[in-house]
Amino acid sequence: MTATAPMKTPMDLRTHYLGMHLRTPLVASAGPLSEDIGNIRKLEDAGISAVVLYSLFEEQITKERLDLNRHLNAGTNSYAEALSYFPEPSQYRVGPEEYLEHVRRAKEAVAIPVIASLNGSTDGGWVAHARDLQDAGADAIELNIYSIATDPDRTAADIEQSYVDVVHNVSDVVTIPIAVKLSPFFSSLANVALRMEAAGARGLVLFNRFYQPDIDLEELEVVPNLLLSTPQAMRLPLRWIAILRGQRGLSLAATSGVHWAHDVLKLLMVGADVTMLCSTLLKHGIDTVRTIEQGVVEWMEKHEYESVRQMQGSMSQRSCPNPTAFERAQYIKTLQSYRPSGR
Amino acid sequence: MDVCPAKNKSETRLKALNMASQPPLREPERDNWNFFLTLPELDRRLIKISSIRQQQVQEPLFEFSGACSGCGETPYVKLVSQLFGDRALIANATGCSSIYGGNLPTTPWTKNAEGRGPAWSNSLFEDNAEFGLGFRLSIDKQRDQARHLLVGLASQLGDELVTPILEAEQKTEPDIFDQRERVEALKARLREIDSPDARFLLTLADTLVKKSVWIIGGDGWAYDIGYGGLDHVLASGHDVNALVLDTEVYSNTGGQMSKSTPRAAVAKFAAGGKPIGKKDLGLMAMSYGTIYVASVAMGAKDEHTLKAFLEAEAYDGPSLIIAYSHCIAHGINMETGMRNQKAAVDTGQWLLYRFNPERTLRGENPLILDSRAPKAPLEQYLNMENRFKMLGKTHPDTAKTLFAEAQRDVTARWRMYDYLASRTTEGGAE
Repeated sequence: MTATAPMKTPMDLRTHYLGMHLRTPLVASAGPLSEDIGNIRKLEDAGISAVVLYSLFEEQITKERLDLNRHLNAGTNSYAEALSYFPEPSQYRVGPEEYLEHVRRAKEAVAIPVIASLNGSTDGGWVAHARDLQDAGADAIELNIYSIATDPDRTAADIEQSYVDVVHNVSDVVTIPIAVKLSPFFSSLANVALRMEAAGARGLVLFNRFYQPDIDLEELEVVPNLLLSTPQAMRLPLRWIAILRGQRGLSLAATSGVHWAHDVLKLLMVGADVTMLCSTLLKHGIDTVRTIEQGVVEWMEKHEYESVRQMQGSMSQRSCPNPTAFERAQYIKTLQSYRPSGR
Repeated sequence: MDVCPAKNKSETRLKALNMASQPPLREPERDNWNFFLTLPELDRRLIKISSIRQQQVQEPLFEFSGACSGCGETPYVKLVSQLFGDRALIANATGCSSIYGGNLPTTPWTKNAEGRGPAWSNSLFEDNAEFGLGFRLSIDKQRDQARHLLVGLASQLGDELVTPILEAEQKTEPDIFDQRERVEALKARLREIDSPDARFLLTLADTLVKKSVWIIGGDGWAYDIGYGGLDHVLASGHDVNALVLDTEVYSNTGGQMSKSTPRAAVAKFAAGGKPIGKKDLGLMAMSYGTIYVASVAMGAKDEHTLKAFLEAEAYDGPSLIIAYSHCIAHGINMETGMRNQKAAVDTGQWLLYRFNPERTLRGENPLILDSRAPKAPLEQYLNMENRFKMLGKTHPDTAKTLFAEAQRDVTARWRMYDYLASRTTEGGAE
């Protein structure tokens, strides 16, 4: 008689996000990889459970249109011999057609949900394009609506209200779910989350990372400088997801600093429905998705977890043994425990 | 003031030159301007003209043109006027440069304190090269006649005056200066001699100072309507300098496609994007082997542009400079047009090179490729310019195809030039 090993049941990694059923909590966040349909296919093959497409920017729709009009008409009627400098086209595509086409092609190419991303901060005409994204086949929309507020006459309340208006207006024109990608820079993030939900958001993506400008010392110029995230960046979404998990019924996505399996596990434990990957895929390649999933499964097996749902929220502020730890900004014990090395 | 490199150390948004609202500045600046005009020009003999930092101090003899703000052509025209304006004859083809260069009843061409400036005239579209060649033949004939008379009058003028005039090399500014001094002395002496030959030589004496003939026009002239004449003149072997202000489109008449228009560009008569590539005028001229040819883009490498202009003028034979000139018909921000020039070179869309037949005589490869291998995809440059970008808005599928073909053009052209510039020549040198 030969002994046979018991059939191993695949780990249950399923999760819900914005009402969608996903195979795993690993989602590709908005980034340059999704500009290429081939990469989206590779992401699906590697096991990603949904993909957020690169962002369609408000300025792409409005500024580009204005620029095109301005430059194509510059000098018109200035000289008797040259009343214009370009042929008059019969039809222009100055909206988000290219992006919409990309959404359509992505949907045709893969079976996983495709989430379109809209990036802007004013309640302008661009908001109406959310409907076009839905018609193009997007399964959900991620709204990225933060801008750097520099006008001293605008209060925080004014700015927050304008964001709420954007969410409200988008939710008015679409039936697919909307997630709002927020920055951590609000005086009362918990209140903002509440208002976003009331305006129609089904989920929050925490947090947005911004290009922080750098200085070119030789040219004396301010230059945009993209720094990929490091694993340390996940501490901020970790804290806020832990806090919000107990307060709201919204879907919560963790993004920023999600690099390896243990980052994913920690974020799931504090209450993330999904974890979004970007920098790690850019740094280490698309196949990292497999490594992370395998790492998550191995850890769960080793620690005898049955499913992702079992661990989701288990370490949130509401469920963890020391909830005040998530609220303390200055921790005497932590500060005093650090000792400089060396002399 | 995108091109001004000198930034204020305490407030970096300010440069040595700044744009400001004009009305409140008119009165105070009027006095400043008048004071500026009283400042003496630097002695041209003391300026190292091969250094752009010093060369740009040379007095421009082309100023206040009627060109579009930010025009990409006028910096090259100004450069010619600074370097050679006090002894230049310019044949200008019809086109933008003939309009802003002759916005009658005024003219942007001017003269220096000694009263010297370029002689300029505008011809037709189809015969400008021949028009300029006529300048050259006429000057050469007058110079030969002057030399003949000078030799005949040597016994009366004295060898110490005649010989240096006949043997002057006139290669540098000090050389030219010295020759002018000698010619002035000659003219003074001639006025003292009462003979028909002396009086005749007095009318021709100025031709003994080296003259620089420039044939200037746009790509509509050089690539299309005047091409046959340009080719004929370049093949003639005469010492003329052809400057092609290449905007890659008929600018003055409103953006019609020329044979210089690159693949995928939208222009009138190419509303669906130009389906074929740009004619390689430089390569065609190089095939003679006896023509100095340079391709330049001032916004990408101003020192290279300067070097090419100096070499072209110094070359004792025909020269052709093809100068990338950004244009309002490109649908770009004209305030930062020099950045477009740089992008064109960085992506390989525009090559920088010099082909100098004198190097062949030294056993060297005549072609020097001065731009580096493309370091960015062509699309980066194409998307900076609405002449290309609008194709994606009007004919998206065609745009994809033509952009891909344009990239292949660039790659193939770079490889060919790299090969031509690196091959071993007959003399054995690389």
